[in-house]
Amino acid sequence: MNLRVDFSSGVPIYLQLMEQIKHAADSGAIRGGEQLPTIRKIAEELAMNPNTVARAYRELERAGVVEVRHGSGVFVVGPPALSKKTVGIRKAGDALRPAIKQGIALGLSEAELRRVFEDELSRLKDNAAEARRNN
Amino acid sequence: MNEIVLSTSNLAKSFDGKPALRRLNLEVPRGSICGFLGRNGAGKTTTLKLLSGMMRPDSGEIRMFGDAVKSEAQSIAARRRIAFVSEDKDLYSFMTVDQTIRFTRAFFPAWRLDLEEKYLDLFELPRKKAVPKLSKGMRTQLMLLLAMARGADLPMMDEPTSGLDPAMTEDILRILGDLAATDGTTIFFSSHQLAEVEQICDRVCLIDRGQVVIDGVLDDLKAEYRRILLVFDGEPPRELADLPGIDHLRRHGRTVSLLVHTDVEAALDRAQELGASSVEVRPVTLKELFLDHVRGE
Repeated sequence: MNLRVDFSSGVPIYLQLMEQIKHAADSGAIRGGEQLPTIRKIAEELAMNPNTVARAYRELERAGVVEVRHGSGVFVVGPPALSKKTVGIRKAGDALRPAIKQGIALGLSEAELRRVFEDELSRLKDNAAEARRNN
Repeated sequence: MNEIVLSTSNLAKSFDGKPALRRLNLEVPRGSICGFLGRNGAGKTTTLKLLSGMMRPDSGEIRMFGDAVKSEAQSIAARRRIAFVSEDKDLYSFMTVDQTIRFTRAFFPAWRLDLEEKYLDLFELPRKKAVPKLSKGMRTQLMLLLAMARGADLPMMDEPTSGLDPAMTEDILRILGDLAATDGTTIFFSSHQLAEVEQICDRVCLIDRGQVVIDGVLDDLKAEYRRILLVFDGEPPRELADLPGIDHLRRHGRTVSLLVHTDVEAALDRAQELGASSVEVRPVTLKELFLDHVRGE
């Protein structure tokens, strides 16, 4: 997360910080369970007042965006990020579902459906191997 | 709100019958960094000298760490917890950097050797060099080192970054922030640089002609104050001056600029009733607050 503050602006500094962190949470740049930099770290990086950073975190906690766990840090509230693999499995499932449904409608048994899947998989593997040989 | 570590009530001081401070009231809560602002001659240095015990007020009261500072004994007790970094940087002219540090260290049982080392390294101060041969910036750094290593609860500084280049200034600001984050050290410093005050301070205290005109949390001031720009088709009505919550009013022909705090909505409604043909509301920067409050009405 890349925080930036315009100190000379008429917009309160804690509000500037809040908005950026909220935006990062809304856009998925930071996700549930993720730890945010400590008050001291942000204050040091931006060479700004630590009380103002603390105020931003306090207000974000009140707004339900972060959770301040005393002694361990500040964490984003919300659903945790899905792993890439999980996302992939879900997408592939979504794509396969209509094909399986169609197979069932055509009267294929479970074993026949599996065989269709295996055949397609090995055909893709063969094609890939042939493509490599030709290169 | 945090415990108030420094406050004054009706502090007054005159020189040769001319008042430098009149009824000065300010409050600094623990752990805050308070920027002390004002034009030259507004009373900043006089205030700092009174607070640091270098001068006595004609009247009024100073409270530090919860106690009134009245007697000599109370004054000495309070001074032990403050450190004063002055603009003239009066260090001992016959000593080297190392000697100055050793000499000062002897007076303070709570001396922080770790901080001494840390800042010697950070500032890259030449230990063997005589103090008068140091640059202005280096003398400031040495003063800061002495103030911080003695473990003062309340460093008070008169223009701590004057004579420093922008990179060094940034380092000093970072150190001030770090101090405030660490042990709840409270920092009170005067400055001419609005940019550094709005960067590092959570509180500002603005004085003009010996009195406090603004004292508060900087972000709250930004949230409370608004600039209202009004345009009228003809001569702006006189009643504008009676609008609620107005701090400052300026006319430029058919245009009027208002600095308003508290009840901005009410002021807007009233301005519309008075026939403004155009109304614009803007946030207010520290610079505008400063200029509007220290310029003649």
